[in-house]
Amino acid sequence: MRWLTDSALERLREAADAPDLEGTRYRLINKLGQGGMGGVYRVEDRTLEREVALKVISIPECSGGWSARLLQEARVIAKLEHPGIVPVHDAGTLPDGRPYYTMKLVQGKRLDEHLKDVPGLSDRLRIFLRICDAVAFAHAHGVLHRDLKPANVMIGPFGEVLVMDWGLSKLLGTVASARNLTEPEENKIREAGSDEGTAHGSVLGTPGYMSPEQTRGDALLDERADVYSLGVVLEFLMAQGSPQPVPRALAAIRRQAMADDAARRYQKVPDIAVDVAHFLDGLPVSAYPEGPFGHAWRWMSRNRAWILLLLAYMIARALVIFFRPG
Amino acid sequence: MSEDTHLGGRHPFPSTRWSVIEAARSERAEERQRALDVLIPAYWKPVYKYIRLHWHKEQEEAKDLTQDFFVRLIEKQLLDRFDSSRARLRTYLRVCVDGLVMNSDKAAQRLKRGGDIALLSLDFASAEGELQELQIPAPGGAEEFFAQEFARSLFGLALERLRRECEDKGKGLHFQLLELYDIDEGGKNFTYEEVARRFAIKATDVTNYLAFARREFRRIVLEELRDMTASEDEFRREAQALLGVRLG
Repeated sequence: MRWLTDSALERLREAADAPDLEGTRYRLINKLGQGGMGGVYRVEDRTLEREVALKVISIPECSGGWSARLLQEARVIAKLEHPGIVPVHDAGTLPDGRPYYTMKLVQGKRLDEHLKDVPGLSDRLRIFLRICDAVAFAHAHGVLHRDLKPANVMIGPFGEVLVMDWGLSKLLGTVASARNLTEPEENKIREAGSDEGTAHGSVLGTPGYMSPEQTRGDALLDERADVYSLGVVLEFLMAQGSPQPVPRALAAIRRQAMADDAARRYQKVPDIAVDVAHFLDGLPVSAYPEGPFGHAWRWMSRNRAWILLLLAYMIARALVIFFRPG
Repeated sequence: MSEDTHLGGRHPFPSTRWSVIEAARSERAEERQRALDVLIPAYWKPVYKYIRLHWHKEQEEAKDLTQDFFVRLIEKQLLDRFDSSRARLRTYLRVCVDGLVMNSDKAAQRLKRGGDIALLSLDFASAEGELQELQIPAPGGAEEFFAQEFARSLFGLALERLRRECEDKGKGLHFQLLELYDIDEGGKNFTYEEVARRFAIKATDVTNYLAFARREFRRIVLEELRDMTASEDEFRREAQALLGVRLG
């Protein structure tokens, strides 16, 4: 038996883990990323002569839970046609039996990496609003994401904001669909769970970004679980970059989104989006009731240019009166 | 497995059952022997190297301890206490080795080999040669070292099996291409066209042969691993650890 060097071991690992694309329309180019459940590869679609991303399960399993989850993910994304959600092109099974799907190749940065280039709070909040758009669209189509975090948001080269990794998504209970996972399938996925950062025992999600009810493993989650996660994303955006204190109204928005009691949170994603948009426009936000002084201060901040102009005019008039000859 | 050991060869366990642990716990001697036939080829080198480098034991003492370990594994029924829900088999075995070495000063109390217990025929010379290529594990790096050596051992066994199967099927060239691209240093520098000319085949054949060999290698690795794990969950975690690749 010949000696295997560490680099040979690594090459063999890559060779064994790489998807077997023989007989398919795809040609492997390189690996883009690795998660707990599987890998994502850059492949060439030889029929359409374009590069796409191919997601495939790394590890075979007897229960079929992860295969069901990958298929569920592909189906969920396929039904969500939105500029903020990566489109799925194809799904199937490779010659080695592993399920896969292909999607648009996004060549950008993860949100947490992109933020180094976005120093302004306003610009970061505009990105947040576009995340909200995609999530609200998914909710309107009966889909919860359940794993919203900066690492699952990509910023494209032209500023596109894309919500990724719908592997933990779940159809809302109010939406009847034959595509929904059956309870035994969902249980299989839960049993499978040791996904990096996204599955922990019987609880699916990422610690720190999960709402209290998701952390407890409540079966009936609704949109407010994603609202909580958006609140954590908002907190992350506020904490990056600028050393200036967070405006009180924005802190109140974050607090309301992250309320432990779901009933005290924003009930829908558009609600938090409206508050953030109002904050950006200098308008009152529902999460922050303000007194007359606060109202006046915000009014003055919003109309700073006019006020400065008026002050300049009044000073000029005063100077003219004061220094008028005779 | 090395040619000069009586252990190894294809074991009779079906690939979808967690039978090795059950066999090791069996009352019947032949069942326990079957378990040894699976476990020893995969684990003896990691155990020996671990004792040599992590515990800094001299060659002769490391050989004795390695022999002792596998004899005790069955005779003392160490696997009876293994609980796959609490630990991986690999980790459990390493901890058992730690216990054996820590008690090795009590030499007089050690199980005396000979008599009705067969001495294992292990190619310690080859293992000793491989030690020259290894670094002493860093403090706290015992688990990582043992895991890497287990992967090296398992991949080595899988490659041997793949070579035999390819030759049996008249697909020796498929295996040669895998060796060239994935084992030999610098093999990936060759283009498929260059390799095709060298072996007098078409470039598309290189792609197909390599894909076949890699697919079979993956299958064999996972089959071997399935035999050496005690549950679906442990198999999945071990497969993830074995096949999880770092991004370049």
